Amino acid sequence: MISQQSMRWMVLISLMLALFLTIVPLPPVWDDWRPQWVTLLLIFWCLTLPERIGVFWGFGAGLMLDMFTSGLLGQQALTLSLVAYVTITLHARVRLFPRWQQSFFVWMLLLAERLLTLWILGATGQPMPTLAYWLPTLVGLALWPWLSISLTWLGQRTGAL
Amino acid sequence: MAVMLALGLMVADHRFHHLDVVRSTLEVVIYPMQYVASLPAQWLRSAQGHLDNEVELRRANDDLQHENLVLKGRLQQFESLRAENMRLRDLLGSSFDVGERVLIAEILAIDLDPYRQQVIINKGTNSGVFVGQPVLDAQAVMGQVIRTNALSSTVLLITDANHALPVEDNRNGLRTIAAGKGPSQELELLYIPKNADIRAGDLMVTSGMDERFPPGYPVARVKTVRQDPDNPFTTVIAEPTARLDRSREVLLVWSLNLNPVPPTTPPALAVDAPAPAGNH
Repeated sequence: MISQQSMRWMVLISLMLALFLTIVPLPPVWDDWRPQWVTLLLIFWCLTLPERIGVFWGFGAGLMLDMFTSGLLGQQALTLSLVAYVTITLHARVRLFPRWQQSFFVWMLLLAERLLTLWILGATGQPMPTLAYWLPTLVGLALWPWLSISLTWLGQRTGAL
Repeated sequence: MAVMLALGLMVADHRFHHLDVVRSTLEVVIYPMQYVASLPAQWLRSAQGHLDNEVELRRANDDLQHENLVLKGRLQQFESLRAENMRLRDLLGSSFDVGERVLIAEILAIDLDPYRQQVIINKGTNSGVFVGQPVLDAQAVMGQVIRTNALSSTVLLITDANHALPVEDNRNGLRTIAAGKGPSQELELLYIPKNADIRAGDLMVTSGMDERFPPGYPVARVKTVRQDPDNPFTTVIAEPTARLDRSREVLLVWSLNLNPVPPTTPPALAVDAPAPAGNH
């Protein structure tokens, strides 16, 4: 099964790329606007390949993210597992939405991820972030249509989808 | 199930530090990837270096030579002052061996969790780095090592909300604690009485009471001193003297001996000597 193999590679490579984009240094002005790359990618793959990518991919990606940013181990693993779970449960409905409506669904998920992270920050006694904490979700909202179009195109080109 | 697993991991990591071994092994695997992620910034910097023109380089060189001369001049005095200090401490019967070994490490240019003040450096247990080791830059104390693996270590900066270190006022020896305030890049000095003698501009240096940071290194300069009605103590905000967000290289310090050396003078002499009055 060549297509399955190449599909798995594509998911892995895109998630790796998202991890890199998360820690690549940016000018401080743009820092607040850095989108949640890993969450976006995870939602995309959960929507496109719901029978293959699921909660444990979310868990693994989250764990890698925690290691990369040397945060609390399991923090992102928890939030990303939940995001993956919600996406998988609702994927049949969401896939039929027009793209702009899909974007808002994704935005809700991004907000939920941030909210969960905020709870974890509070529960472990870490300092509370400022309002700029919510900015990346807006960037994610604007980014989603382009991301999903280009990734679908890329997937069809390489024959992975 | 993944949720339970993640929750378990978080509790284990946060509360009990069971995962330190797992973590440091994983970090070794991750380190090459983090290194790769820091490459673009490095290339950008070296490209900038190539674009600097000759005039600027010449000026920078002149500045450095000038600075070097000044520092060398001060160093001449330093040797004799140190010897004198050791002699005086000997007389007081409280000799400290202040010898230290340092190693230069480089900060990886990657962005970590934006709500924690920490950085990753490119030296690990292979170079002898240990947990709790003080980290300095050219100006002052930056923080301490909180996690190490074979190739890299994580440094908690003094401005992190979970970090505090004992300091004293360089002017009059007033002792206090400098606690980090998180992303604002400031320190708060705790438990200073309302009538204490502290002013804006005072330099705070490490007091060495924690037996972790060697005494006498600059930490912060007092920025504002305020009397808040709702605070039983004076509210003092200080600014770190270390260039926490601009340094690229850091110094790792090994204190060769932080424990007081037993007095070499006979006890009778120590009794005769004037008692240290707390200010020097």
